Amino acid sequence: MTLLGFARGPALKVAIAVFCLGVVWRIAAFALLRIRLDLSKPRASVFKSMAGGLLTVGSRSWPHREFIGRTGAGEALGYSYHLGLFAVVLLFTPHILFLGSLFGFSWPGLPSSLITVISVLTLTLFIAVLFRRLTNPVMKMLSNFDDYFSWFVTMSVMVTGIAATAHIGAPYETLLAVHILSVDILLMWFPFGKLMHAFYIFPSRAINGALLARKGATS
Amino acid sequence: MSDVSAAMPGANLAPGEARTPEARVAGAMSGFAKEIGALSAFRLESCIHCGICADACHFYIATEDPQYTPIWKVEPFKQAYKREASAFAPLVRLLGLKREVKADQLAQWQHLLFDSCNLCGRCSLICPMGIDVAALIEQARHAMFDAGLAPKELYEKAAHQRLSGQPEASTEPYRAQLLEIGSRFDVEMPLDKPEAEIMLCVPRTDIEHYPTAVAALARVMQHLGVSCTFRSDGLVAENYGYYAGGKEWQREISGRLIREAIACKAKILLVPECGHAYAALRWEAADLYGKPLPFRVLQVTEFLAEELQAGRLKLNAAGAGTTTFQDPCESARKGGVNQAPRALMKAMGIDLHEMKNHGGFSFCCGGGGGVLDIERAAPLRYRTMENKLREIDDTGAATFLTSCSDCRRTFDDAQAHFTWNKTPQSLLELVAANLTGETRRT
Repeated sequence: MTLLGFARGPALKVAIAVFCLGVVWRIAAFALLRIRLDLSKPRASVFKSMAGGLLTVGSRSWPHREFIGRTGAGEALGYSYHLGLFAVVLLFTPHILFLGSLFGFSWPGLPSSLITVISVLTLTLFIAVLFRRLTNPVMKMLSNFDDYFSWFVTMSVMVTGIAATAHIGAPYETLLAVHILSVDILLMWFPFGKLMHAFYIFPSRAINGALLARKGATS
Repeated sequence: MSDVSAAMPGANLAPGEARTPEARVAGAMSGFAKEIGALSAFRLESCIHCGICADACHFYIATEDPQYTPIWKVEPFKQAYKREASAFAPLVRLLGLKREVKADQLAQWQHLLFDSCNLCGRCSLICPMGIDVAALIEQARHAMFDAGLAPKELYEKAAHQRLSGQPEASTEPYRAQLLEIGSRFDVEMPLDKPEAEIMLCVPRTDIEHYPTAVAALARVMQHLGVSCTFRSDGLVAENYGYYAGGKEWQREISGRLIREAIACKAKILLVPECGHAYAALRWEAADLYGKPLPFRVLQVTEFLAEELQAGRLKLNAAGAGTTTFQDPCESARKGGVNQAPRALMKAMGIDLHEMKNHGGFSFCCGGGGGVLDIERAAPLRYRTMENKLREIDDTGAATFLTSCSDCRRTFDDAQAHFTWNKTPQSLLELVAANLTGETRRT
């Protein structure tokens, strides 16, 4: 079996299995814990609370006016590289073909030249993000292995992807195999670390927002 | 027990406590992890270590010291959760990925969870993941209490209040002081009526420092002609169990008021100008009581705004000049009482000059969460308050109002410390001074 065959064959299957089982278990492990009912009389109706939750999903995408001066730049950096990642993962034609083979449907992509520009920009932002984590005293203090390893595996996927697209350093087939292997590693790491925030972010905003709205509290 | 206290600086141990500090901390952390519940676990799971919550916290803003990052304040608890209750807890323990929380580590966190956190909840507004960080900190305080690590001042006041109903001994019982205030200010103090529509309670801060606020409450109720009563066995609004993190004690303390409100068949338990008392009674008491409360819990400005809207309360123009208002975090940001005080101020024709950060986004006075009571926290508290005082000064307002006696006391203290030229006043007192229309009688 070639390296490429291994990467997109058994390795990918194992990675997807670990990803799916791990994600389900990670969520089930806390979702199955005791849920305490709030017995206080709500200020807002269930409908208004839920609307408050949905509103918070949107409103937390950008800092409140009161905070923007302190956090706007950092959040802009964070959202920018996320947008770049989404564009590259979901709108690069070879990715669409690959995902289409998995899901059975496809969608239009962006021109390769534009994806290349976005990839390089995203890579640059990703390096800036690491620099910030290493130099910002608060982020440095909070950071642990999970933060750095999650950064590393995501970075690996980006770097190998750019190398494969640009045919840099090795035959295309080898570069593609290494790129897919890096994706396999990312998928296998995903349920164990902070990458899980992809699943948490909107439910977390919605639930906490709804609970605050229930009290009529600021959200 | 002296050797134990020496091993854990700042530790409070209940009489008869025989466990070692390590055993007690291990029990508390294990209890935290086992009792965490789905919601708190989800909150801990969701943190992405972005550190943005630091930028909402006035302790961090004032010092730029990363240890004051709100989510860092629950770090040992995150550690305990990952080891004991998370999805991969067995793996975490097997590979030693998270160390067991030790007594000396937790003792260091006393400063972060109590001295440098007002439980004000501003951090909960900034998290891009939407995490209610303040709720986690409150839960962490419970574990600190169980570990014997509530600060001495809060622990002792909670213990005293749990047993006697008063957080501190007083020369005369509060009941007698209440009646004396009534005589002094020539207002009837309804006390121990067997039945009343509204049960009243008072902050002990008001009894001891602001008797005018106690008189104002009675005067307004008298003017409205509502059926109301204080109850000797449920006088004090504050709940030091809430501050200290003693959940069981908090339950017992709020239970005292619940019992009395039920006994006098009250339809409303009226919380005076005391932010945390409102949080403890409005949002937490029912859970601790184990069932929904059979009466409404209203903050006094909420009640007065309702009376205003119903046309039963009429107010004169206050002539207070330009005015600014300090929103108490617990009732405004965390409790939703934002519009009521403003409706009252509007009815008195007050020229309100809002602070840069106001309403739900207001900075805490610095004394909330029990911080005002913790003596060693004073230097940090003063440093933190500087920004708040600047915001107040920047409004250019001549009058400075609040509707929380702890805020008021904190600012009074700041006035003395900084030789500051503003005196905080009670919104309730201003209302009482501007009542108009006929006094109604039941």
